[in-house]
Amino acid sequence: MAILIDETTPVIVQGMSGRIGQFHAEDMIKHGTNVVGGVTPNKGGETLLDRPLFNTVREAVDDTGAEASLLFVPPPFAADAMLEAADAGIRTAVCVTDGIPAQDMMRVKRFLRRYPRERKMRLIGPNCAGVISPGKAFLGIMPPHIYEAGRVGIVGRSGTLGYEAASQMQALGIGVSTSVGIGGDPINGSSFRDILELFEADTETDAVMMIGEIGGPQEAEAAEYVRDHMTKPVIAYVAGLSAPKGRKMGHAGAIISAFGESAQEKVEILSAAGITVAPNPSAMGETVARVLTEQQDASAQRAANG
Amino acid sequence: MDIHEYQAKEILARFGVPVPRGGLAYSPEQAGYHARELGGDAWVVKAQVHSGGRGEAGGVKLCRSEEEVREFAATLFGHKLVTKQTDANGKDIFRVWVEAASDIEQELYLGLVLDRKSERIMIVASGHGGMEIEDLAHEDPDSLRRMVVDPAVGLAEYQSRELAFSLGLRGGEIAQMVNTVRACYRAYRDLDAMMVEINPLVITKSGDLVALDAKMSFDTNALFRRPQILELRDRSQEDPRESNAEDHGLAYVGLDGDIGCIINGAGLAMATMDMIKLAGGEPANFLDIGGGASPERVAQAFRTVLTDANVQVILVNIFAGINRCDWVAEGVVQAYKSEGLTLPVVVRLAGTNVAEGRKILEQSGLPLITADTLAEAAEKAVEARARQAA
Repeated sequence: MAILIDETTPVIVQGMSGRIGQFHAEDMIKHGTNVVGGVTPNKGGETLLDRPLFNTVREAVDDTGAEASLLFVPPPFAADAMLEAADAGIRTAVCVTDGIPAQDMMRVKRFLRRYPRERKMRLIGPNCAGVISPGKAFLGIMPPHIYEAGRVGIVGRSGTLGYEAASQMQALGIGVSTSVGIGGDPINGSSFRDILELFEADTETDAVMMIGEIGGPQEAEAAEYVRDHMTKPVIAYVAGLSAPKGRKMGHAGAIISAFGESAQEKVEILSAAGITVAPNPSAMGETVARVLTEQQDASAQRAANG
Repeated sequence: MDIHEYQAKEILARFGVPVPRGGLAYSPEQAGYHARELGGDAWVVKAQVHSGGRGEAGGVKLCRSEEEVREFAATLFGHKLVTKQTDANGKDIFRVWVEAASDIEQELYLGLVLDRKSERIMIVASGHGGMEIEDLAHEDPDSLRRMVVDPAVGLAEYQSRELAFSLGLRGGEIAQMVNTVRACYRAYRDLDAMMVEINPLVITKSGDLVALDAKMSFDTNALFRRPQILELRDRSQEDPRESNAEDHGLAYVGLDGDIGCIINGAGLAMATMDMIKLAGGEPANFLDIGGGASPERVAQAFRTVLTDANVQVILVNIFAGINRCDWVAEGVVQAYKSEGLTLPVVVRLAGTNVAEGRKILEQSGLPLITADTLAEAAEKAVEARARQAA
């Protein structure tokens, strides 16, 4: 079933009555997402886009059986909205909000650990474009028409660079099982490794395109996982070869502050782990295509030999 | 957001960190006056700029007379301090801090940062202070002690005690160190800091622990709830182009090249810069117009990029999701006309409302160079640059 979301997943939108929330909820519904309601405190009982609004996430979950939530909540209140979703039993939450204080995210991550594994909410983002399983459903702000349905997973920090990868793949006729934006903040809900684990276990994904950038330890951590545990091929690109040290490149997390955090160092770490690294950002699609062909040749070879 | 040393010392002192007595001067006379007020026979005069490495750069001096204090301060005011952490232009010195000199027995290092691996506040300390943490990590890694703080519990007293003993401190130094570490942690937590650094933290000959230097920087995402911190912002220490851009919702970083970049999304912006480099050009800047950009914000992006006199070509690369290509196109056309542009402009649009966007560009009749892909956009920008040079 792809990962994280498909056309059956019941979804609520926290902050649906806001201008941006409403705009994107409408788009999600139009593209097949099973949006079952929205949450805005003090608007419970009203209807929006033919869906019921609730005062609390708990009421929404009790009434609709929602399993996933998309958060369009302003930065001062976003962390609290994540805690509320986790406590109400939401399984997957995607937070688009940009500008959440780092210490709020620190506390959210700590809070999530209080739940046993089977009840723990999976958080994607914040400051991300969201999750899309093309042709099925999406939770986020991406333009769905640039994604072809297929069998390659995408995971990346940057929203628009993820779009770039998807459209390069679309131009070559390569489809996507699910694309996940994990966001550009220093502390995020799910890391590259967390999402790679899901793709590895997904029967509808054959390979993964991973799009990293300067700053932080998560690409190196992912490289270790790929090397030790992953059977599916991974293709990567790391943005920021031309970025100077110590300057923040837009994303709060995109700053080279320690050894191993520059694009060059990350490329070396990923290559050493057996990951095929695209030489430049306009070769993401063709590198995926090449790896898929090699994979097919190898399995054809095995079949012939067997 | 960074603040000055004297501001960091004031804040940390409020939380219980011992700091030397001192005074802030806006003129050499005031510096001399502070020396007299403080008394004693030795003072440290320190240029207040947002940068480390001030000592090596000549911004700090131990002075032995009031006259020397005045004279040294006079060499600082109105000048720029160029350190290894600033760019070649350096930073303006408008404020000078004068403090009573301390007799140093031992120098320690104490820093608190957000550790991205553990996703917690990490305390780093060393019994060998004075040098930069990067150099310390390189030259004396064994001296570094690290501990992370569980946000649900906060910094436990035993952790500070362990830290103090592990640095080789003894007797009365232990309690002082425990208090200092805990005070720094509280300041970090309560004020949404991203970094607190005391380097050096010294033990004086009389056995007192004192913060001789202090650096703090704050989470810009949390400033909405820290108005008292926001008041400490000193725009004279910021790159005016960057802070001006920020005021308009744009993330801008000036670089050395000549191809101006206007892009949506930080990752795509970095990737486009990489692509320009690969095509043989040099990006003049990083610029992310952010999500939901109006035509006005796009026009502002042009004005920001054009403040850099090195810019010879402008490359616009927009992959719209939450943005709209038609709005971006309108902004491009608006800016082209209002700024009276003569430079070549390469525009690549993709994503939401791309057909409408391209139509607006075509119908404008402007000599815009359009491109369909990232690679094509970068190549065309570099070609246009070459034609400009020829």
